[in-house]
Amino acid sequence: MENVWTIENVWNAIGMALQNWLAGFLPAWLVTLIMDLLVIVVLLAIGIVAVLILSFLERKVAARAGDRYGPNRWGPYGVLQPFADAIKMLIKEDIVPHVADRFSFNLAPVIVTVGAVMTYAVLPFGRNMVAANLNIGILYFAAVGSLSIIGLLTAGWGSRNKYALISAFRSVAQLITYEVPLALCIICVVMLAGSLSTQDIVLAQQERGWFFLLMPGIFILYFLAASAEMIRCPFDLLEADSEIVAGHFIEYSGMKFALFFLAEYIHLFAGSAMMVTLFFGGWLGPWLPSWLWFLIKTFVVIFVFMWIRNTFPRIRIDQVLKIGWKVMVPAGLVGLAITGFVDKLIADTLIAGVVLFVCNIALIVGVSYFMGRAQRQKEMAAEGAALR
Amino acid sequence: MAQAIFIILSLFTLGCALVVVTNRNLFHSALYLAFVFIGVAGLYFMLQAEFFAGIQVLIYVGAILTLIIFAIMLSRDLMNPNVRGFNRQWWAAAIVAGLLFLALAVVLVRAPWPAAPAGEPSPAFIAELGQALVSPAYVLPFEVVSILLLAALVGSILIARER
Repeated sequence: MENVWTIENVWNAIGMALQNWLAGFLPAWLVTLIMDLLVIVVLLAIGIVAVLILSFLERKVAARAGDRYGPNRWGPYGVLQPFADAIKMLIKEDIVPHVADRFSFNLAPVIVTVGAVMTYAVLPFGRNMVAANLNIGILYFAAVGSLSIIGLLTAGWGSRNKYALISAFRSVAQLITYEVPLALCIICVVMLAGSLSTQDIVLAQQERGWFFLLMPGIFILYFLAASAEMIRCPFDLLEADSEIVAGHFIEYSGMKFALFFLAEYIHLFAGSAMMVTLFFGGWLGPWLPSWLWFLIKTFVVIFVFMWIRNTFPRIRIDQVLKIGWKVMVPAGLVGLAITGFVDKLIADTLIAGVVLFVCNIALIVGVSYFMGRAQRQKEMAAEGAALR
Repeated sequence: MAQAIFIILSLFTLGCALVVVTNRNLFHSALYLAFVFIGVAGLYFMLQAEFFAGIQVLIYVGAILTLIIFAIMLSRDLMNPNVRGFNRQWWAAAIVAGLLFLALAVVLVRAPWPAAPAGEPSPAFIAELGQALVSPAYVLPFEVVSILLLAALVGSILIARER
């Protein structure tokens, strides 16, 4: 294959050059093995670097929202703070409670982190820049994402702590609930794109326009479900510090705690990147190289998540489940039906796009109307009870 | 290369399966069961059935195993070493399990397994699978399963409802 050195293609070109150099003196199977391992290492490195940046960003955004300075001691604007944090984590004592189930306790952070990192394999970081262009890409993403539930359960049960156990129960309730609307929204996107592969979904948006513009209603549903899956505020009931101290990682310290922290931010990055892929055209964009567009969009989405975390209060667990089952799942089903009918009945992509957009706006208005009416009825019933 | 990966995966799956049945701690067994499922998904991957690998992890690890663990967490005296792993019916269970093993072994050895011609699966495999499910040949079983699932859903809601 020809090796093209452009800014657009620079990462692929580096990989290709390395492969050619290795092929000069190594057997073919060893070259494949080394290159595959290298891809894994690079993905891990991307994960860890992203976590360093995100942890700094999270604190700075929170500080700005709270009218504070945030970390500002080490480096200009405190940018070296994540390194200080990492060193602190590494040299902290590793404590295992003596009543804990050691096997589960030690395994849990590994499951959670590995499950989080594995999602990176199908993220399209740029044109022709996906570690594994599986034809089941998005299904793989959903499947690997469900591994983290097992990890959280293991952590909660293995710690032998009541708060951790409550968090484990909550994780089952919340994560399984929100997997349903999340999957429904993903199916809508897959129907329009006609493929499960992440690269093909991006390419489909080149033809039809960003799916966020075509399906704003589905996008809002996806956004809410994804923030519940990533355990972001206002759905961070699993680690609600005001209710159950720190949830599943209450007993963890040192590097094991750091692994949970790592997994959380890797999930944040991967979830935002997947949202960009599904709804914001992935790496599509003018002028700049595709991988840069992908990173810019992803960080904008991450910023919105952080913004929400610092703006909205946490809701109660029963409210989380109520919204999940009574609002999001029916709305997702209606959205699925709309998308299916429009995609099947209207052949012209432009007209289909307009019709989809109108239907989605109707979906948003309808859901808001019904939620508002239910709320009013509840208030009136409470008022009536008070009068009696 | 593929052969080596296959052997490693199979040993991993079988080893974990062995631990699942011999381990005394039910929770640890459930965790090893997760590894068994993931190993089987890996085997599907090696057979170029990526779709089934994804579904395997999504359904078995994501849903079924979570429910199993949930049930285990709600059961009492799990870590208590004084609770015996056997009860008085162990011999009946052993006989039934042995018979089942024999029956399965006979079927596995005797059955003339039809071998599909080797080759790459079609690139539009998932689309074809979807079409097949609603084709005249399979649409009736497919719909029957859907109704069964719906009935199960309604039934579970009815049971869980507060009176």
